[in-house]
Amino acid sequence: MSRFFRSGALALSLILTGAAGAASAQSVLGYGSGKLLLTGGVSQVEGQAGGGLTPWAVIGGYESDDQIGGNIYATDVNTTDFDVRSSGALVGFYNRVELSYSRQSFNTEDVGAALNLGKGFTINQDTVGVKVRLFGDAVLDQDHWWPQVSVGAQFKKNDKGWLVTALGARRAKDTDYYVSATKLYLAHGVLLNATVRQTRANQYGILGFGGIDDKRHTQFEGSVAYLINRKLAIGAEVRTKPDNLAVAKEGAAIDAFVAYAPTKNISITVAYADLGNIVTRRQTGLYASLQVGF
Amino acid sequence: MNFVLIPAFALLAMTAPVHAQTSAATAPVISDGKLFAEFGGREGLVRIVDDLFVYVDADTRINTFFDPTKRDHTKAMLVEQFCQVLGGGCTYSGKDMALAHKDLGIQTRDFNALVEDLQKAMDNNKVPFSAQNRLLAALAPQHRDMTPAH
Repeated sequence: MSRFFRSGALALSLILTGAAGAASAQSVLGYGSGKLLLTGGVSQVEGQAGGGLTPWAVIGGYESDDQIGGNIYATDVNTTDFDVRSSGALVGFYNRVELSYSRQSFNTEDVGAALNLGKGFTINQDTVGVKVRLFGDAVLDQDHWWPQVSVGAQFKKNDKGWLVTALGARRAKDTDYYVSATKLYLAHGVLLNATVRQTRANQYGILGFGGIDDKRHTQFEGSVAYLINRKLAIGAEVRTKPDNLAVAKEGAAIDAFVAYAPTKNISITVAYADLGNIVTRRQTGLYASLQVGF
Repeated sequence: MNFVLIPAFALLAMTAPVHAQTSAATAPVISDGKLFAEFGGREGLVRIVDDLFVYVDADTRINTFFDPTKRDHTKAMLVEQFCQVLGGGCTYSGKDMALAHKDLGIQTRDFNALVEDLQKAMDNNKVPFSAQNRLLAALAPQHRDMTPAH
């Protein structure tokens, strides 16, 4: 329960910061709200616009072709043995380029004590993201069958290099590359996304990069969402990951989510997540995320 | 991996109930007898377009784009076009969309603002969300005619 209070306090402070940020952004930037509700996606776990687990080809923020937009977010995933926090910010430029920063914190809770790391031992990772839209408009080009396509990179740095290398990872810092294709089939109210990622990350990078081999592995990520009304969407995601550490098995993560946008500036996403095996056993739990945009 | 995905996208696109090609003048006609009724027929469209302009007039993002002296004509042309797209048997008699919006300096954000106002007007008139999206899907490609800079 205390975790929920902590999340609540974090969320509240983010709302307040967001409100102040939005007011100043409005006067300083050519701020924009030129996109339609929910079409910028939400913030995925590494801070880029997408679903909860996977980046989409959409450029985050409600800006349009000639505007700058952005948002901040905080996410908590409370699994069987661990607590994963992620928070950060992104800025979208002219519906073309998205820059983001996020920090993921992986709290080992009781497992930390069992491993002699100390109860609540936490591994942090900073991720800087960049995404560029190559072509297509996922929302407006309804007479084209082809999706919006973007390429992106996530520059990641883990702060517990000594630990992850002791566990068999080859490095604490690395870059993921991906291509995403996203299309809203508006007449059906269905959004599809597919992302192909090249990565050496173990558990998103929380357990470092590389292991049994030091090659980037090609992974698939997919999302499907159904629009119930203008403010509400439901969906599911899958994200495959390499299984490259000898000490602990790693599997795919899946989730089923509900995303609600009461206004253009706020979206709330709640999901049931099955993150697959992490260190000890299969990790399932509740995912909750708040995003405040400008 | 991409080889698997592209057919999935293509398949969904092909099942879309929009058959005709988009021309500069009009959006495609949706051949579905029920859709027009979900908008309340022609009378329903008149009410929706009346409501649309209540929102547009209050919308400082876009209200300057509309000439108040041509209001009745603008409304009539929208009703006619929506009626045609929804399979109501009307024929749009207005100007080519690209020509009608030339030199107005409309941006994508303005187009989206109008869509938002239309969504509100359709909500007001109890048009089911799925029916709204079928109309919007048919109209969305017009953004290329209306925002020629992009």
